[in-house]
This record gives sequence, structure tokens and C-alpha cells, in this order.
Amino acid sequence: MNRPNPLFRNLNSKIASLPMVFIVLFVFVGGTFWTVAVSFTSVKTLPIFTPMEFYDAFVGIAQYQRLWRSARWMISIINLGIYGSLYTIFAFVIGFWLAVLMDQKIRLEGVFRTIYLYPFALSLIVTGHVWAWILNPAFGIEGTVRGMGWTSFSFDWLTNREMSIYAVVIAGLWQGTGLVMALMLAGLRGIDDEIWRAARIDGIPKWRTYIQVILPMMRPVLITTFVIVASGAVRVYDLVVALTQGGPGLSSQVPTIYVYETMFVGALAQGTAASSIMLLATAIILIPWVMVEFGKRKQG
Amino acid sequence: MANTDTIAVEPFGRKPRPLFAPSRVIIYAALIITSIYYLVPLYVMIITSLKDLDSIRDGNIFIPTSNPTFAPWVKAWSEACTGLKCSGLAPGFWNSVKITIPSVIVSIAVASVSGYSLANWPFKFAEFFFTVLLVGSFIPYQVMLYPLVIITREMGIYSTLWAVIFVHTVFGLPILTLLFRNYFASLPPELFKAARVDGAGYWRIFFQVMMPMSVPIFTVAVILQVTGIWNDFLFGVIYAGPTNYPMTVQLNNIVNSLQGVKEYNVDMAATILTGLVPLTIYFVSGKYFVRGIAAGAVKG
Repeated sequence: MNRPNPLFRNLNSKIASLPMVFIVLFVFVGGTFWTVAVSFTSVKTLPIFTPMEFYDAFVGIAQYQRLWRSARWMISIINLGIYGSLYTIFAFVIGFWLAVLMDQKIRLEGVFRTIYLYPFALSLIVTGHVWAWILNPAFGIEGTVRGMGWTSFSFDWLTNREMSIYAVVIAGLWQGTGLVMALMLAGLRGIDDEIWRAARIDGIPKWRTYIQVILPMMRPVLITTFVIVASGAVRVYDLVVALTQGGPGLSSQVPTIYVYETMFVGALAQGTAASSIMLLATAIILIPWVMVEFGKRKQG
Repeated sequence: MANTDTIAVEPFGRKPRPLFAPSRVIIYAALIITSIYYLVPLYVMIITSLKDLDSIRDGNIFIPTSNPTFAPWVKAWSEACTGLKCSGLAPGFWNSVKITIPSVIVSIAVASVSGYSLANWPFKFAEFFFTVLLVGSFIPYQVMLYPLVIITREMGIYSTLWAVIFVHTVFGLPILTLLFRNYFASLPPELFKAARVDGAGYWRIFFQVMMPMSVPIFTVAVILQVTGIWNDFLFGVIYAGPTNYPMTVQLNNIVNSLQGVKEYNVDMAATILTGLVPLTIYFVSGKYFVRGIAAGAVKG
């Protein structure tokens, strides 16, 4: 019997999936490997491809040494640490708190949800410019409070080197907590009513049930939300560009700006080294998610 | 009033609660106070855009003007300057339309077909590619920025509309494919089997069986993509080329333009105008929007 070539079985499906396969291979896998490989070379502007070119331009970890000696990069990394941790912690605390409030069988739930979530529909550029206006020292909150007679009032985070990154956190939280609230609320609604009944019969106060019973049960939701929020924080770019432009001075620089301002201006390998560090940071954030997914497969 | 709490059997239904019980009052107070925090930026944005420059200088940022004017809106739309050009936001708006419509169509076409292949016509390694794609969606964009410059340059489309469309298709693919794959997998398999028995092939089943049943998920995908692409800044800056800069980039250039007197009212009008499209979509389609953003967190 003449068996058909297995390569042609399901042919239409394979043809239709070609764009996906190409994007996976050439952009996600190929692009990532290329970027990491270039970070070990001395390439300045012209990209390289062949093994021979890579061999000739190879400089080991020199780009990384240069990176960690750069004052600007150090500021960027410290700022990412501040922004990433504060943003993630507060987004979780506020988001969970709002979700719990929304879960109290309240009236007008739809209205409140719409209000908390609408900033998430706006772009980070819009968010940045609105907050730049509200935090404007002359005409914003500071100017307004001073105009009301309290002349020593100070809220100058946008022009204060010590505080500029915290202004980014405030604007970021305004835009992003609605998402956390929505995801947490979905998680809360997935909890079985029996749990609540059992907790009530045992006489556990409501707030303790939330923290000691419900929160641990929501672990999968918490982990995916954490991965989404934290990996999003690593990518912060538009918001800083719109709100502070990385200033005043270098005080609110972040790694994405460093990448952008090296990669396209004749320090390609330096830019790829910086983006490889961002990749590493994301990989660390992804570990809990991968463990959960892997654990699920093992059980199932 | 009789106290029924001592009876061991739980009463059915919702516990009747007075509207003004102390715990309720606290909950509503908390909800309303947080709502104010979320609404203030929108409010400030709107009232600032309706003031003239004098009332901005003398006035309070939180108090609306007594004689509102739409002149800042007109100026933001058609006259505001970015550097030497003074054509307002309008060209950016039309560029965003030109970028968004084809990007939404192409990305959804590619992703829906890929999701359909994964759910109904799986081939060898299909799930593997998909897993790589999902993990890849967490990789910071900065890692793939330069490879995508090279790829689009090799395709001969760098710095054109097509390059941005391509890039939006690439980065929309993971979440959209997940969305469609899970949706198609949730449809009753009998429908697919019956169509196969009747002799329908890959494309015919897709267009005549699957698509008509998938209007909700296509709606979710369109909303997700229109808001996401409209709000994009980074890809527009890098791949579109200066003549095709989308609205977000134009807004940023207008607000950061250093020429002449700083017109905060025009800046705020421009900011609202840029946020208007995603905001309208959000307010009109609340439920679908929430479903779209939650899709990323609910893994299949």
C-alpha cells in the first residue's frame, strides 16, 4: 500500500500556521539569540550574522563590564529596582483591597469597576502627560495649595532628583492597579461559597478569612498576576518618557531608555548587553510561573 | 426584632442588610474616596483643556473656569506645533487610523487561524511552537527591537506603515493565539466532527462553522488590539518613520516642544484627544474589554 508522506498530512493546517512558526523561529527565538550573541562582541553600528564575523568581533564580557561601570546604567538599575518593587507591591495591595471591597455584594459594582479600570484603557503616554500636569510644581498640586495660603507646602517630585522616580510610581499605579483589581476579583469570584460558610461557622472574622484562607487559595491567580505586573514593570518606557523624560538630570533613567539611547546611536553591542540584562531580570520573574505550569503538568 | 442567629440551620438567600449599617458605610466611603483618586486626573484634564491661559495662571487646578472655551481643542487638533511643523494632532490621528486598521486585521487573521490550527488540526510540534510563543511574549521588547529592524529592513519595509503593521502582528500574536485557541477548544467538538464527516475541509470549516460561532471572541480580540495598537508609542517611533508617526508620538512631540509659551490648556486638550478613541471603546464595551485583559491571566 502506498502510504502518504506524513509531511503532507494536515497540510492546510501547517500552511496556515507558517506565519506563527516563522515568527516564533525568526523573531522570538532567533532575535533573542542574536541579541544575546551580539552582546559579547564589539559591534558598533553594522549588524553581523556569520560565525566568522562573530569570532572576529568577540570581546567576551567587555560590554557587560562597561555596562556596570556606567553611572547612568547604575542609576537605571536602581530606579528599576525602586519602581519595580514599589509598583508591584502597591499594585497588589491596592488591587487586592479594591477587589475585596468590590466583593462585598455592593450596589453599582459596574460603575465602580468602570472607574477603577478606565485608566488602563489609556496609553502610558497620556498617563504621563496628565500626571506631569497635576504634579507640575508651578500650576499643579503644589502651586494650588500654595495659592490657598499654605506657602511652605512642597510637592515638587517632578523637579526633585531624589523623588522623580516616585512620581513615576504614582502615575504607574494610577494606570495599572485597575488591572490587578480585575484579575483579583475574578480570582475571588472563583472561590467556592462553601469555604465562606465553613469559615463563618468556625467563627473566623471576615478579614482573617480573606488573608489566611482565601489569599493562599488564590495562589495561581496571584502568581500569574505577579508575572504580568512585574514583567510589565521591567518594560516601563513610555511613562518615563512622557512624565520626566528620564530627568531631572539622570535621576529617573530606566534600562529601557538606556537600551534605546545606545542601540540606535552607534553602540549596538552595548545596547544588546543592556537588553540582555533586562532579559535576565524577566527570566527571574518568570521562575514562579514556570514552576507552577511545570508542577501542573507533572500532577495532571 | 427577633434574632434568628441562634438557629442552627442557615437561612436561605441573602441576609437582609440595612443600607446604612456602619460596616456598609465604611465600605462605600472607601469605594467613593478611591474613585475620586481615579477620577481626578480625568477631571483635571477636561477642565484644564477648557480654560484660557490667563485663568490657568491665576486659577486653581481643581476649579473649573467660569467662561470655558473650545479654542485649545481646535488648536491642539489642527495648529499645535512640533518643532517647525504646526499642523496639530490631526496628521497623527490619521496615521494612527492607517496603522491601527490594517494591524488589527492582519494580526487577528494570523492569530485566529493559528489558534484554529492548534485547537482543531494539531500537527507535530504545534504545541511546542505555541509554548515558545507564550514564553516569548514575556521577553522585553528591547531584546527584539534590533532584530526586527534587521528583519523589516531585509523585507524592504523598514520605516513604512508596513513595518509597524508587521511588528504589531508579531507582538499581538501570543495573546491573540491563546485567546482563539482556548475559545475554539471550548466549542463542542461534535460540530467540528460533523462538518468533517460532511466532507468540509480546513478552510471551509473555519469560515462556515467556526467563524460564525466566534463573534464574541473576535469582538474581544478587536477591542484588545485597537486599544493596544492605538496606545503604542515605542513601535511607532522606531518602525513607522517620521511621516507616519502615530498620534501618541505626535502628542509627545507637541507637549515636549520647547518653542514659544507653554500652553498647558492645549497640551491637555491634545492629551484628551489622544485618549479619546480607547476611552470611547472602553466605555462602550466594558465587559468585552475586561474579558480581553483577563484572557492573559487565565491559562488553558
